[in-house]
Amino acid sequence: MRLALRPYFLIVPALLLTCGILYPFGLGLYYTLFDFSASKPQPDMVRFENYRTVFTQDSFWNSAWVTVLYAVGAAAVETVLGVAVALLLHRSSRVGRVLEKILILPLMIAPVIAAIIWKLMLQPSVGVVNHLLRPVGLGGVQWTDTPTGALLSSIAVDVWVYTPFVAILALAGLRSLPTSPFEAAAVDGARWWYTFRRLTLPMLWPYVLVAVIFRFMDSLKVFDIIYALTEGGPGDSTMVLQIRAYLEAIRFQRYSFGISYTIVLWAVVYLAAMILVRHLGKIQRKAAEAK
Amino acid sequence: MTLRKRLLGWLADAALILYFVFALFPVAWMLILSLKPANQLFSTYFSFSPTLDGYRTVLGDSEGIPFVRFFVNSLVVSLGAVLLSLLVGLPAAYASARWRFKGSENLMFTLLSFRFAPELTVIIPLFVLYEKLGLFDTYVGMIWVLQLVTLPLIVWIMRSYFADLTPELEQAALLDGYSRKQAFFKVALPLVRPGIAAVSLLAFIFAWNNFVFPLILTSNEAQTVTVGALSFLGGDRPKYNLTAAAALVSVVPPLLLALLIQRYLVRGLSFGAVKS
Repeated sequence: MRLALRPYFLIVPALLLTCGILYPFGLGLYYTLFDFSASKPQPDMVRFENYRTVFTQDSFWNSAWVTVLYAVGAAAVETVLGVAVALLLHRSSRVGRVLEKILILPLMIAPVIAAIIWKLMLQPSVGVVNHLLRPVGLGGVQWTDTPTGALLSSIAVDVWVYTPFVAILALAGLRSLPTSPFEAAAVDGARWWYTFRRLTLPMLWPYVLVAVIFRFMDSLKVFDIIYALTEGGPGDSTMVLQIRAYLEAIRFQRYSFGISYTIVLWAVVYLAAMILVRHLGKIQRKAAEAK
Repeated sequence: MTLRKRLLGWLADAALILYFVFALFPVAWMLILSLKPANQLFSTYFSFSPTLDGYRTVLGDSEGIPFVRFFVNSLVVSLGAVLLSLLVGLPAAYASARWRFKGSENLMFTLLSFRFAPELTVIIPLFVLYEKLGLFDTYVGMIWVLQLVTLPLIVWIMRSYFADLTPELEQAALLDGYSRKQAFFKVALPLVRPGIAAVSLLAFIFAWNNFVFPLILTSNEAQTVTVGALSFLGGDRPKYNLTAAAALVSVVPPLLLALLIQRYLVRGLSFGAVKS
């Protein structure tokens, strides 16, 4: 009996700490059933009224759309660029060996600091990016002041910070692949593209998928990059769900309503994580069998 | 080697260098910007007379922003969160690696799922709660909430380190008359020490880099560098050199630590999902 209980006993402290977080989560869920706000400190129970308002508001659907655009865009560019960088580093040229050591640098910089750095560089009139683009006649781009520009700029910052993450995981994957299939392909005189599509990519996919899952999940709940770069603007063009929730709950002090936004986002992220992790498990098993 | 192959090799190197220019230029540019004197910020770009005035102002309180205190705050709360997470996380990781018990996988997934939860979902209720309990803008409040970042990381990675140890080692120790506790402290723990070191540093970096928690749950006393660096952008005249200096000072600790643990980074970043 003592033996059977031991693992629980060892996990209890961690769980207690976790409950310290679960409790406010439950509390938040409870709050969303009231019209709790700074102007209504004695709130009434409104049941699902907050959620109904969320789902019937255009601004919610706009935020949801922007969030998806951001997450898909960032994750897609990071995957392609990250895998490309990993492939180039895997060639192991002298240049690559030197550069590999500094690959992690952007990843270690807080995203909010990265956004501040890019904000300074993207200033329309005094930023260095436009200064460098002036000779090619592109010196006047309003990077973060137009709707499309703001969204693309924030995705660019995300790409700058997190491409190394994908590259590191892909590189680790490449280095763990068995060598014999590639030797056989080389003996058969297979072209690079054929080898890449038929051998490298399928075997590498489980590793890349881990990176994609992490990047997609994380970008769905992006906050710091947008907060420092555009604060959701201009207009609502970069108003992702977490920024909207922040404005509603903290800035306008409509607590219940703001939390409703994050609960909806949480549900989406949780579902997506479950589906992707299950899919990943299937792919990893298949890859293990193939080896 | 054929000419074609050599050309392709150069092309690949050139592409790589192009990416690294994109990756490194912003940091180099911040260094330049931080060394510019205030009156040359908007004039000529690459020629200027470097000065440490920016750093002096940032580290010297003179703009009314106590950046040094924010720096110390970051150290205290990140360190506190890591230590507390190690204290509760190591036993949990060990238990889940050694014993398959009812609900273990679900418990572990729940812990991991916090990695994916939108921070604001818990922050807003915590904000209300902290105001009532007097934890708003305190070290204890920040350390408590930074667990969300550090604990899942430590449990998941240490779990895979413990799982890599063969149980026979501890069983041999038990046969030699060690108690379970002694087997853990004298056999298992020393063997995973490199893992503990790496994961602690990584957790520290993640805690240090966090922005949302200090933004909402602190105002002045316990505020950290990530929020503090942003305050130099405010005001009617943007102080680019100060912002750049503050940004650079705030990335020094994570960058130094990252260089130390480079070898262990993959496992840490992917939460042990990719076995290396």
